[in-house]
Amino acid sequence: MIISVRRLTKQFGSFRALDDVSLTVADGSLTALLGPSGSGKTTLLRIIAGLDLPDRGSVHIGDRDVTRVPPQDRGIGFVFQHYAPFKHMTVWDNVAFGLTIRKRPRPEVQRVVRELLQLVQIAHLADRYPSQLSGGQRQRMALARALAIEPEVLLLDEPFGALDARVRKELRTWLRRLHDEAHVTTVFVTHDQEEAMDVADHIVVMDAGRIEQEGSARELYEEPASEFVMSFIGPVNRLDDRYVRPHDLDLAVDPRDGARPALVERVVYLGFEVRVELRREDGLRFWAQISPLEAERLELVRGQTVFVRAARGRSFAGALPVGAGMRGPETTGRA
Amino acid sequence: MNLATTRAGQALPERREVAAHPHAARLTLRAIGLGYLSVLLALPVLMVFLRTFEHGLEPVLAALQRPAFGSAFWLTLQITLIAVPVNTVFGIIAALAIVRRRFPGRSLLNAVIDLPFVLSPVIIGLSLVLVYGQTGWLGGALGDLGIQIIFAPPGMILATLFVSLPFVVREVIPVLREVGTDQEQAAYTLGASRWRTFWRVTLPSVRWGVIYGVILTTARSLGEFGAVAIVSGKISGRTETLTTHVEERFLAFDLVGAYTASIVLALMALAVLFSMTVIQAGRHDKGNH
Repeated sequence: MIISVRRLTKQFGSFRALDDVSLTVADGSLTALLGPSGSGKTTLLRIIAGLDLPDRGSVHIGDRDVTRVPPQDRGIGFVFQHYAPFKHMTVWDNVAFGLTIRKRPRPEVQRVVRELLQLVQIAHLADRYPSQLSGGQRQRMALARALAIEPEVLLLDEPFGALDARVRKELRTWLRRLHDEAHVTTVFVTHDQEEAMDVADHIVVMDAGRIEQEGSARELYEEPASEFVMSFIGPVNRLDDRYVRPHDLDLAVDPRDGARPALVERVVYLGFEVRVELRREDGLRFWAQISPLEAERLELVRGQTVFVRAARGRSFAGALPVGAGMRGPETTGRA
Repeated sequence: MNLATTRAGQALPERREVAAHPHAARLTLRAIGLGYLSVLLALPVLMVFLRTFEHGLEPVLAALQRPAFGSAFWLTLQITLIAVPVNTVFGIIAALAIVRRRFPGRSLLNAVIDLPFVLSPVIIGLSLVLVYGQTGWLGGALGDLGIQIIFAPPGMILATLFVSLPFVVREVIPVLREVGTDQEQAAYTLGASRWRTFWRVTLPSVRWGVIYGVILTTARSLGEFGAVAIVSGKISGRTETLTTHVEERFLAFDLVGAYTASIVLALMALAVLFSMTVIQAGRHDKGNH
C-alpha cells in the first residue's frame, strides 16, 4: 500500500510539530523517519495511524482518503515506543486481541497466534504476563500483536529505543528480514542515523516540523542537501565555508599543493580507525579519520605539524554564520 | 600482624554495638506501635465483645430476635446494596471524565467530589433535610406527588450516597493516571471500538482501584451514622439502620442490645476488611500487575 500525505500541518499550542509536510511512501518499502527530538517524526507517524488528527492536510493509504478515518478502520499495525502491552493479559491473549475483537473463529485465532509466536520466537512464553518478559521479548510480543491483524501498513515508533545495544542490533536484522519476507509497507521512527541506515531502504530526514531531505542512505550521506542533513548523517568538520567529512581529509608530512599546515593535538587509536585531532595556525580545531595503515605510514606524534588537504567537501548556500563552528569529534556522535 | 589483631579486636565489639542498636530500636518501635493500637482500637473492641457475652448467650440471642434489630439489619443491607453499585458506576465515569477529558468545570467537579470528605455528615444530613424536607425546596413538590424522602428510606439512601461518593473516584483517578492512554490507543489500532476498549482494556487495568474503592464505599455505607441519623428520624422498626439502632438501644439502657448490634456491625466491617486482605494477597501472588 502506498502511503501518501499531503501538506500536513499540526500545531500543539504554540509549538508547530508539523509544518506543511508532504511525503509519499512507496508500496512495500521500509522507510525510516529520522530526526532529532521535536522534529515532528513521531507526530507524522501518529497522524498516519490516526492517533492524532492534523490541523490541515490529508492522508491517503492506497486509494483511500483516511484523513478522518479512525485508527480502527485504517488497516494499520502500530508498535508503540514502550510497546503498550495489555498488562492484565497473557502474551497469548495480547497477540490474539485483534483477532478476538474481529470475532474470528477459535481455530483460526489459535492457528494464527501460534504461528506468530513462533515467528517472533516467544512461543514458550505464551502463558506469561508482560511484566514477566524482558524488553526484547516485550518488543517481539508487540510486533506479533500488530501483525496478527494482517495490516497493510506497519508503523513503528522508536521500535528499538528502549533496548540494550546487543538486543537492538539483533532485532534490527530480524525486522529487516521480516519485512523482506512479508512485504508490508513499513514506516519506523528513529533518532539514530546508524539504525536508519542499517534497516531502511528509504530515509526521510526531518527537522523542526519539516522534511529536510529524503533518499537512500547513500544519497543522504554522499549528497546531503543541507548542513543539517550532512551533520546529522555522519560526522563533519566545518573548514571556513566548506563542510568536510573527517575521512575525506588527506594528511601528509610534507607540504603540497592546496594543503594547509596543522598541529597534531592528539592521536586516538580505535582499532579499525585512527582519529587525529588537529589545530590550524588560526586556532580552528578539527579532526581527521584515517586508517591504521595510514597512521603507521605517517608516524604521527603529538605536537607534529602535518599538511591537510580536503579530498572533497561541500558548501551550502546560506550556511551558518561564521563562528557557529566546525564540529569537533565530541559533537558529531559517530565515534 | 600484631597491629592487625589489635585493629580487629577493637572493631569487633564496636560492630556488635552497631548491630545491637537497631535491634533494640526495632523492638521499641514495635512496642510503641502495638501499644498505641491496642489502647486505641483493640481494647475497646475487645471490651464490647466481652460485655456482650457477660450474661451468657441468651440475652444476645434475644436481642438478635427483636423485630427492630431485624429491620435495622435489612435496611442497612439494602441501603448498602443500592449505594455501592450507584457510586461505583458514577465513580468510574467521574474519574474517566476528570482524567481523560478537558471540559469547562472539570476542576470544579474535581473539587466538589471531595465535599463529603470535608463536610461533617451532620451538615450533609441537615442540607438534605433543607432540600427534600416537607418545607424544603424540592420536598414539597415531591410530597404532593406522594413521594416522601426525608424520614423515609429514600432520604437515607441519598445521605449514604452523598457521604460515600468520593471513595471510588479517589481510588480510580491515580490508577487511571498511572496506566496512561497507551494501552487504549493500542486497542484502537487493533480494531477495538471505544466501548470494547473500555471493557477489555481500561476497566481491567484499573480494577484494583475500583475494588479498593468498592470496599471503602461498602465500609462507609455500613457505618454511616450522622447524616443518616438526621434524615431518617430514627423511627424504630422503620427507619433505623444498625448504627442508629445501637444508639437507640444504648439510650434505652439496653446495653446488651446495643452491644449485640455493634458486634454485628463490626463483623460486617471485618468481613469487608478480610476480603480486602485476601484480594491484596491474591494481587501480590499473581505478580501480573
